[in-house]
Amino acid sequence: MISLAHYIVLGAVLFCIAVAGLFINRKNVIVLLMSIELMLLAVNMNFVAFSRFLGDVSGQVFVFFILTVAAAEAAVGLAILVLLFRTRSTINIADIDSMKG
Amino acid sequence: MPTLYDILTLLPELYLVAAVCLILLLDAFMKPAQRPQLHWISIVVLLVAIYLVVAGQPEQTATAFNGMFVRDHVAEILKVFALGITAVVFVYARPYMIDRKLFGGEFYALMIFAVLGVMVMVSAGNLVTIYLGLALLSLSSYALVALNRDARLPPEAAIKYFVLSALAGGMLLYGMSMVYGASGMGGTPTLDLAQLHGVMAYTTAPKLLLLGLIFMLVGIGFELGVAPFHMWLPDVYHGAPTPVTTFIGAVSKLAAFGLAWRLLEVGMGDLSRYWQPMLAALATASLVIGNLVAIVQTNFKRMMAYSTISHMGYVLLGLSAATPEGYSAALFYVICYALMSAAAFGVMLVLARAGFECEEISDFKGLNQKAPWMAFLMLLAMFSLAGVPPLFGFWAKVLVLEAAIHADMLWLAIVGVVTAFIGLYYYLYVIKAMYFDAPEEGAVVEVKTDTSLRVVLSVNALALLALGLYWGPLLAWCQRAFGV
Repeated sequence: MISLAHYIVLGAVLFCIAVAGLFINRKNVIVLLMSIELMLLAVNMNFVAFSRFLGDVSGQVFVFFILTVAAAEAAVGLAILVLLFRTRSTINIADIDSMKG
Repeated sequence: MPTLYDILTLLPELYLVAAVCLILLLDAFMKPAQRPQLHWISIVVLLVAIYLVVAGQPEQTATAFNGMFVRDHVAEILKVFALGITAVVFVYARPYMIDRKLFGGEFYALMIFAVLGVMVMVSAGNLVTIYLGLALLSLSSYALVALNRDARLPPEAAIKYFVLSALAGGMLLYGMSMVYGASGMGGTPTLDLAQLHGVMAYTTAPKLLLLGLIFMLVGIGFELGVAPFHMWLPDVYHGAPTPVTTFIGAVSKLAAFGLAWRLLEVGMGDLSRYWQPMLAALATASLVIGNLVAIVQTNFKRMMAYSTISHMGYVLLGLSAATPEGYSAALFYVICYALMSAAAFGVMLVLARAGFECEEISDFKGLNQKAPWMAFLMLLAMFSLAGVPPLFGFWAKVLVLEAAIHADMLWLAIVGVVTAFIGLYYYLYVIKAMYFDAPEEGAVVEVKTDTSLRVVLSVNALALLALGLYWGPLLAWCQRAFGV
């Protein structure tokens, strides 16, 4: 039987993978965007699990809003990425360092 | 079903949604020769919104849509200043945007969408509403930072802002999911802030609740820009077009205060003994890091970013007192900070021209000889930021320090005073450059002739002096909102 704890642990694992992806990844900005999506999905997993096991629907409603905002966020993020590539012909994280201090 | 009462409570926000759609349509259908009128239309839209906020404000707290939306005096004050300062930013921005060929409806529409996000967030009565307001504000801000598409720095600033802000948003949401779960263990699960207040008393999973609180604090710390979650601020300030920097520096900070107060006091006020020391630690870190790192900056925008970090430390000083007195002092401080930073960036904008940002501190050398009035306005802004009496910034600092002392956090107040003296150095450095240094060889100072810009900037900077001499009514307004 799969219990609430299993889902919460799965959510935590997904969240950790996403955060690790953000911090360890030194190569590509697109991987950062993927990590951000994964992080939001981990949150959704938590909300749906709590909502299902505690018998309250409002958590699932929140998930709809998070999904919608995540889609909008991905659109804006990719648009910024296109701009970045246009101005400097690279999306390598190591090259995005013209501001220091 | 929404009732007429719900609609009336939400009237300022609904009106702003309609108005911003109208602005987008006008932008699409106007002839290019008429397009400059969008500027005045947008300002009128914001002024009408201020009127609707103030005129429709109920005496008692009103809630709409089953508590999703709360209209109280705290929200009223934050909305009035957010809308007002956005209108001021529009006035400051026009010559700058025209010089750089960025003038267009999208700037006005995005700014109004962002301020709409602020209004939703500061009026939130539910975790969903908070998140939606925050998302609207952040998504508009990313686009605004990248508005100058062809320059080198803005896309880089925007992607850094985007990634770090999304990370912080994820942390906030993850915390919210835990709080939601904890509220359901031993009771009814809820996302409503007023009902979350009191979960600690019955929940069978208090550790889950505290873990959620910590994750939410990370998100709040990021929005405020306090150390150690401040890494995005200097780059975003530096890379964004200066009017957008002004907006992020002033209006977003008002919103971040609203976010912090709603989540921490309205939602988790019964956990104050847990979050008080955490906020005190964040405040100490920001006061020290902000003030020390600002000293070595040569770029004025980066210096202002570190100055923001230190000022948000003072706001946290008030918040961490966790008393109505502390909250009203923090609200007073954040309003004061918004006005001061708007004035400082306004002077930058009045001196900037096509191909010249006026963003290095050395660009201000000898300003007093070339443009004495602008130098004087900058002097007022810098003295007020430094907290020199009798200017506005001094009283704001006194109030948060007093609140911290009354909450038995004398050591924190001492840190605040010591770092304020350290901070004096870099503000005085700008004043020294303006008044005692010779202008650099071949430096050209060109003050914008735009009358509305000069008048509004003068009023903004002189308000720092006027409010410093006569701050009673504003403080009384802030205190009444928290029932002091």
